[in-house]
Amino acid sequence: MSGFVQSAIGPVPVVAETSSTSDRLGTFLTRLGINRNRYLVAPGLYAVGQPDSDAPVIVSANYKLSFDIVRFALSGRDAWLLVLDTCGINVWCAAGKGTFSTKELVQRLRLSGLEQVISHRRVIVPQLGATGVDAREVKKQSGFSVRYGPVRADDLPRYLDHDCTGDEAMRMVSFSLRERAVLIPVEFYLLGKVFFLLIPFLFIISGIGPDIWSFERAYHRGLLMFAALIAGLAGGLILVPLLLPWLPGRAFAFKGLISGAGCGALLLVLLAYPVSTLQQIALFLGAVVVSSYLGMNFTGASPFTSPSGVEWEMKRAIPLQVLTAIVVIVLWITAPLV
Amino acid sequence: MENFRYISGVTTLALEHELCIGCGMCSLVCPQAVFLIKDNKARIVDLDGCMECGACMTNCPVAALTVNPGTGCAALIIGRWLNKVGINAKGCC
Repeated sequence: MSGFVQSAIGPVPVVAETSSTSDRLGTFLTRLGINRNRYLVAPGLYAVGQPDSDAPVIVSANYKLSFDIVRFALSGRDAWLLVLDTCGINVWCAAGKGTFSTKELVQRLRLSGLEQVISHRRVIVPQLGATGVDAREVKKQSGFSVRYGPVRADDLPRYLDHDCTGDEAMRMVSFSLRERAVLIPVEFYLLGKVFFLLIPFLFIISGIGPDIWSFERAYHRGLLMFAALIAGLAGGLILVPLLLPWLPGRAFAFKGLISGAGCGALLLVLLAYPVSTLQQIALFLGAVVVSSYLGMNFTGASPFTSPSGVEWEMKRAIPLQVLTAIVVIVLWITAPLV
Repeated sequence: MENFRYISGVTTLALEHELCIGCGMCSLVCPQAVFLIKDNKARIVDLDGCMECGACMTNCPVAALTVNPGTGCAALIIGRWLNKVGINAKGCC
């Protein structure tokens, strides 16, 4: 915040237009996944610069990452910023799940007293909010007309300069290498708990042998299986996002299978000591199945997968993944016995 | 998004041509350029590009568009399946 601007409804907080050290630290931690679900700002009306009653009104969500990119994009301009209560979720996800909605917009317009602050009756809603907002209904209930703004906040200046009309490029979602890469840390973070439950399980099954169980074997073979798990993570959580447009196939589970096969093969090549063929097969398939499953889960982070398509691939991939996982476990347990 | 294609032939999107008044709202809100307005009517020009977000249906003034909207997220769908069989699973985002 940098002070207040006086308006018909009293002082309205003015936002800072450049990022501070704490903003950058917050963004960094949120991108890692830390505190991501509680990174929010108070909903309501804010000012960028010194807006008057003719200034445009931009609507956004109360996820602080969303709030930040909007206020930084508007740097050097005068505008009103109406922040909806989306429980700290970004505009698109919140619109899909019903918190960035017609009801919330109408209510926030009323609560904020915006109609006393401005002389016009137009608000600019991010285009991706259209999933949850019915423009006609907003007009009917509040008198405000909704104009759908660009997908990316970065395009806001260009949009405003062109009399609030967007071009084709502004209306299309993108999923650039950079946009994909930035998601990798949070994918790891979200996996955390499952990962730590899996490790003891791998070491336990690795110790089974002719003498029932030995610590020595659990340690050596457990490390091998752990390496296969890491290879699977590299395939599914790093290579699938990075190589998404170039991995063959449409189903993400298949893309993960391919990248996992690459990582699994690399693991076998790099193995420092000889391992039986059965164990090699188990390690390879282990990497493949982990990578395929994680690749499939990346559908949730991508901006172009339809729920019908995801269900289509899941119904085909999950039975195969489960079967492969069983084969891996059986091979791994029986390998020292044969 | 031309360089990203997902599973074809599965979308639930449908346009009732007779009802359409050609207002252009669908093509304005669609993030995947599925629609094109021609001769005062909307046309689906890239059906398989549809990600079923539901923005077009929500904003169509004459209810000419139908789609079964949702989020294409495997974790969310797994959570829903688990809930159905009585296991309380938390979804994602």
